[in-house]
Amino acid sequence: MDRLDRLESQSIYILREAVATMDNIAMLWSLGKDSNTMIRLAQKAFFGRMPFPLLHVDTGKKFPEMYAFRDEYAKKWNIDLLLQECPDISETDEDLPPAARSAARKSLGLKAAIETHGFRGLIAGIRRDEEATRAKERVFSPRGSSGEWQPREQPPEFWNQYATDPPPGAHIRIHPLLHWTERDIWAYIQRENIPVVDLYFARDGKRYRSLGDTDITRPIDSTAATIEEILDELAQTRQAERAGRLMDHESEDAFERLRVDGYM
Amino acid sequence: MSSSQNLPPLHFVLIGHVDHGKSSIIGRLLHDADALPHGKKDAMEEMCKRRGVAFQWAFLMDALQAERDQGVTIDSAWIRFNSHGREYILIDAPGHERFVRNMITGAERADAALLVIDAQEGLQEQSFRHGSLLHLMGVRQLGVVVNKMDLVDYDAARFNALEKEIREYFARLDIEPVAVIPASAVEGDNIVQRSSSMSWYKGASVLEALQNFQARGESVDLPLRLPVQDVYRNDTQRILVGRIESGQMRVGDELLFSPSNQTATLASIESYPDENPAQAQAGQCVGITLKEKIFIERGELISHPQNPPVESDVFRARIFWLAQTPLCTGDVCELRLANTRIMADIENIEWVVDPASLRRNQADAVQVNEIGEIIIRARTILAFDPFDENTNTGRFVLARDKQIQGGGTISMEGYTDRRLARRATNITRVPHHVTIDERAQRIGHKNGVLWFTGLSGAGKSTLALTLERRLYERGFHVFVLDGDNLRYGLNADLGFSPEDRVENIRRAFEVAGLFSRAGMLVITAFISPYASDRTRAREVIGDSFREIHIHADIEVCEKRDPKGLYKKAHSGEIREFTGISAPYETPKNPDLTIDTAANNIEECVEKLLAYVEAEFRL
Repeated sequence: MDRLDRLESQSIYILREAVATMDNIAMLWSLGKDSNTMIRLAQKAFFGRMPFPLLHVDTGKKFPEMYAFRDEYAKKWNIDLLLQECPDISETDEDLPPAARSAARKSLGLKAAIETHGFRGLIAGIRRDEEATRAKERVFSPRGSSGEWQPREQPPEFWNQYATDPPPGAHIRIHPLLHWTERDIWAYIQRENIPVVDLYFARDGKRYRSLGDTDITRPIDSTAATIEEILDELAQTRQAERAGRLMDHESEDAFERLRVDGYM
Repeated sequence: MSSSQNLPPLHFVLIGHVDHGKSSIIGRLLHDADALPHGKKDAMEEMCKRRGVAFQWAFLMDALQAERDQGVTIDSAWIRFNSHGREYILIDAPGHERFVRNMITGAERADAALLVIDAQEGLQEQSFRHGSLLHLMGVRQLGVVVNKMDLVDYDAARFNALEKEIREYFARLDIEPVAVIPASAVEGDNIVQRSSSMSWYKGASVLEALQNFQARGESVDLPLRLPVQDVYRNDTQRILVGRIESGQMRVGDELLFSPSNQTATLASIESYPDENPAQAQAGQCVGITLKEKIFIERGELISHPQNPPVESDVFRARIFWLAQTPLCTGDVCELRLANTRIMADIENIEWVVDPASLRRNQADAVQVNEIGEIIIRARTILAFDPFDENTNTGRFVLARDKQIQGGGTISMEGYTDRRLARRATNITRVPHHVTIDERAQRIGHKNGVLWFTGLSGAGKSTLALTLERRLYERGFHVFVLDGDNLRYGLNADLGFSPEDRVENIRRAFEVAGLFSRAGMLVITAFISPYASDRTRAREVIGDSFREIHIHADIEVCEKRDPKGLYKKAHSGEIREFTGISAPYETPKNPDLTIDTAANNIEECVEKLLAYVEAEFRL
């Protein structure tokens, strides 16, 4: 087995474990490279038929290329797609810095979707190497009844035995990509020929390394126009992947606060 | 990608007592190995200035606000770095005793560990606790970093004394540290660069010690083990899915499913969207189809028939306990073993270990963060392997109220594999033309089996033979099946291995059943220490089976010692002797108990006679 085989196998195990032990789960589809990778892993795990719906929590402020991508592949991949709109920014926590407030709309949208559909498990494509608080996440990560993460009270998780029983009203976030790196994702996209939005590839000396809302996401300087070039760039760079996601950097703990409140 | 990309990365965990400097070692290691993201150190220094605190290397690792506020690591974090073409996954585990569960979560898949010890404080409670937890979890590669050498003036004598203590401690756990390294995270001594302050030290730096650790690969060479994780049905086929925990399989192989004990042929290994492969091996998540239609559920364990897993409902386990509510004898837990979940009784707590002295203490409960050895009895037969034969199928977790509260590893020491007692299937019984009632009418009493169980020396044979004589005199058709006598003939081919003992008992209850069905009253005298054996005897023999506990305390039996066996057991001449070096499972609900310590033979026989008259006389 090579590196990608090992990663793939572990993710498939996690996805199958979620389906075998939990009811009413959905997979979050942010339209980015990571969630597209998750879709491919789920197709493999379940032999082409995904046993859960995909949920797109839509801030309404994604790039037009992303909406076009969503509509095209929802059909091509025969996806059972649920859409959830997000409330206005006035409903978010006023104490948060501006970009974080903008991002917090997504947490509220997510909460609304959980309430509407009664989800007990949500599969999300976060990775440990993205960000320091995500490095401390569990594969099966319990959330409180209002969606909050309690990093101080995480359950033990070992030997492939997971916390699969959320208390009433609460849910579990399932993280099948937790052990992958950004480079792994791109290497897998290359190997498996997984389609991604063009915005990841450099045009006029800029590319998006991480995709969020148009108003709080910035491209990086890059000439990487192909997957090979992206892989080369990542081997060299010392910049953090989410450097272009403004809400991570407004204050020391802005992103942690977002996450504690239910952000992915 | 370079070829090293195909080697498994080395997972190693930093462990040790709180404040001994694990996070600082990591911060320094990543910095000196040039593996920190750009600007990370500057940003942290900036933050420290803003907060008016001195810069600490630990801040680089402690990502949660609460961790930085309190200066303590709460949860494990994974950090990757590359050095000399190898990938490392460093797991920073918390040292505070409140967060042992997080330390376990971090250490669970570590190939190796670095134990950090404060040069001033030496080995402390959590150093010991983490050390013995690692041992339980099967981590055998260890390096020890004696940190803060700058605070003891780089004193070689101090270090040498500590090194001796450390090596002696781990020798008792059967672990030999690859290196014990004097270091200082603050000054950067012997982390990556050699220290000029400790020219007396000639051994490896921390980074060099890491380079000597081996990553665990997949267990391809062990027997095949594939736990069934789920079954997917579609219009045309049923696909069993799961991860191959060890071994390999090829299309066409005959597969054994345990504990349901069915066999089937591997028809295909399904793959989407690629072509189906002809073989698969450890580490892969597969989906398979079978040639024969058999009913299989999640939890079955697939093997090859010639190399099956152990089957038992009872086993010995070494566990660590993580919940505030202690685990007590008599508790009921959910046992999760591979993909099986089953209720299980905590039958006994054998001992609890003191991590510092490694002494085993008697206890009725395993408290939070303690290690103990317990006997677990599941509500059904399970399939698994002893931990030292197959790591992945020899460990389990215990859950209560749906929360994982502890974990453990399995040993079959003193217990036997139930598979050996299994009988052939697809045989049909031929009905007799004489009924059992007709036989009873002619003989004048009902048929039955009085199954005497008890320790060696409790008085089983003596009572059986006396009772036989007295019942015969009263007109009963009665016969004693004695263990020793059977071993002269029918069981002459059997020894005293665990397997042979199971077979010895099986033949005994089969023969007892035959005599009984012929209309007789049978008395047996076997130690029959395992409840599961006696349960099987009851199942085979049916309603006429009576479990009679011939009871005397072990001290009494040892004093009697009619055959001199206890003496031999104590001298080690006889191994796995019931009551001494092998368990006796006291009957929970015997049909009758005869106390041979409190009553003399005549009194015991009178009780037995009264019981037989009431139960079996027509």
